[in-house]
Amino acid sequence: MTTPNPKVETVTASDRPSVSINAPSTGWGAVGVDTPQAAGAPVMDLRDVSVFYGNYEAVRGTSMPIRQNQITAMIGPSGCGKSTILRSLNRMNDLVPGARVAGKVTYHGQDLYAKDVDPIQVRRRIGMVFQKPNPFPKSIFDNVAYGLRINGIKGNLHDQVEEALTGAALWDEVKDKLKQSGLSLSGGQQQRLCIARTIAVRPDVILMDEPCSALDPIATGKIEDLMHELTKSYTIVIVTHNMQQAARVSHYTAFFTAEVDEKQVRHGRLVEFSETGKLFTNPSDKRTEDYITGRFG
Amino acid sequence: MTTQTQTGPDPKTALSSRGGGPRADRSFQVLTLAAGLLVLAVLALILITTTREAWPAFDEMGLRFITENRWDPPSEIYGGLAFIYGTAIVSLIALIFAVPVSLGIALFLTELAPRRLRAPAVTVIDLLAAVPSVVFGLWGVLVVAPKLVPIYNGIHDLLGGIPVIGRVFGEPVGSGRNFMTAGLILAIMITPIITSIAREVFDTVPRGDKDAALALGATRWEMITGAVFPHSFGGLVGAVILGLGRAMGETIAIALIIGSSTQITANVFASGNAMPAVIVSQIGESTGTFTAALIGLGVVLFVMTVIINTVAQAIVRRAEIRMRGAAS
Repeated sequence: MTTPNPKVETVTASDRPSVSINAPSTGWGAVGVDTPQAAGAPVMDLRDVSVFYGNYEAVRGTSMPIRQNQITAMIGPSGCGKSTILRSLNRMNDLVPGARVAGKVTYHGQDLYAKDVDPIQVRRRIGMVFQKPNPFPKSIFDNVAYGLRINGIKGNLHDQVEEALTGAALWDEVKDKLKQSGLSLSGGQQQRLCIARTIAVRPDVILMDEPCSALDPIATGKIEDLMHELTKSYTIVIVTHNMQQAARVSHYTAFFTAEVDEKQVRHGRLVEFSETGKLFTNPSDKRTEDYITGRFG
Repeated sequence: MTTQTQTGPDPKTALSSRGGGPRADRSFQVLTLAAGLLVLAVLALILITTTREAWPAFDEMGLRFITENRWDPPSEIYGGLAFIYGTAIVSLIALIFAVPVSLGIALFLTELAPRRLRAPAVTVIDLLAAVPSVVFGLWGVLVVAPKLVPIYNGIHDLLGGIPVIGRVFGEPVGSGRNFMTAGLILAIMITPIITSIAREVFDTVPRGDKDAALALGATRWEMITGAVFPHSFGGLVGAVILGLGRAMGETIAIALIIGSSTQITANVFASGNAMPAVIVSQIGESTGTFTAALIGLGVVLFVMTVIINTVAQAIVRRAEIRMRGAAS
């Protein structure tokens, strides 16, 4: 293993790789460097966050923390807004015409939606893995190198690609065929390639939008094991349809549901946020209990 | 063994069909196959009949028909190299201007333009394709060519002294009817077709690929070069080849603008001629071997187009194998 930091629960912000590299601009690079934080301190924080598409309020009033080096899962039925919230965490929603975020999302205390914040820097710090494995139609090597190249990250390209692929538990499977197309890999390998591509630029937080829903159980298992490894260096937020997966991998779980308001309009809402163990064994909200016991959804 | 009292299986569970499905399937197959073969047959017939018509000229000139630069109908000498060169240079100029502009428009329309601007913009560009080529020709010769002469003179004064490059931007012909003007007008004519295909090609790039690039901190341009272009390469080559086909075959506009002189020169500001333009302007007064020679130019043009298409397809296939891997 060449995971950058072998220490597990005592990782501090100052030796996190994401802040030790030179960021291209705007002072984001200095975040948290001088204030070592214990694992579990909030990296991101949502305060009363609502997401609108035009006039439609897709998710209403969400408040929750995202804790460092922990896996935070978002679960709930379809249309409850969990993916919408996830995409508001790295400003991918910006790309949807008419999308707007109200409330406050902070990253290391900085307002993610402040005027002087560059969404490109945001996405560089807060990476994303998607539902459908989406490697570029390029070689395996170039897939991983893409992010390094566009971000002008210095250093030996080959070493960094190897490190990322090792970090994504894919190196041994692909080291002899780095020149082959990323699309020639199996679905599970493609998804790990996408994870390698994401961690190559050494983000701070990794958002995963149902990363295993297109994969078989064995490939899913590998990704879940990998997520555990990744928490040594990264903070992970995962949206999943699969409650067992949330229970297996996450430290914290947010349960969302869809509600119909007085005007008969559906909104996504955060019902309950707590430690995963508590949420699944002793939920404080009736709706959570109904969902996790299979009475609803 | 039970005795077979029944004449066949129970109709409710029978698997053999009473004709319907398989027959319909088969006739559809035959129909589509016939349609496909018809195209090939028409192409072959065109090639065979035109070659036969052109044979007297081919027979007389042999390979010199395409290697010699002397077109002298009164002396029965038909060497069309200057026209082949003219077609090539004018098409090249057209592509140099049209491809970047078309791709730029297509990228703007698919990736940047606000939704409500898209439909009107597409309509305007498609209208450009609806303008008859003779109108482009007249506009080029009456309006554009005279206006470009001072610009050509300026460029010549500026760059004419430089070795190599200076020969390309030589002394401009006074009327402005030259390779460059013809190429520019052609560029305008082929822009709509390249734009329209490129736009559709860009539209097929999966949202996921673009999202992946953006989620890595790519700017829009980095997203385009990293995710959109690799996906679109094959389609874009197709778009360019269709534009090139139109440029090579364009007749009346070129005939009006190119200046009708038989010469091979690196100077893009000199007048020349191109194969289709020669055919259309000379076939009226031709007889015998002269007519055969003009048809022969058509055959050469046809063969060139086929060769270019085949090469382009080979390039696309190689690129696609490289990008998609051996899997597909």
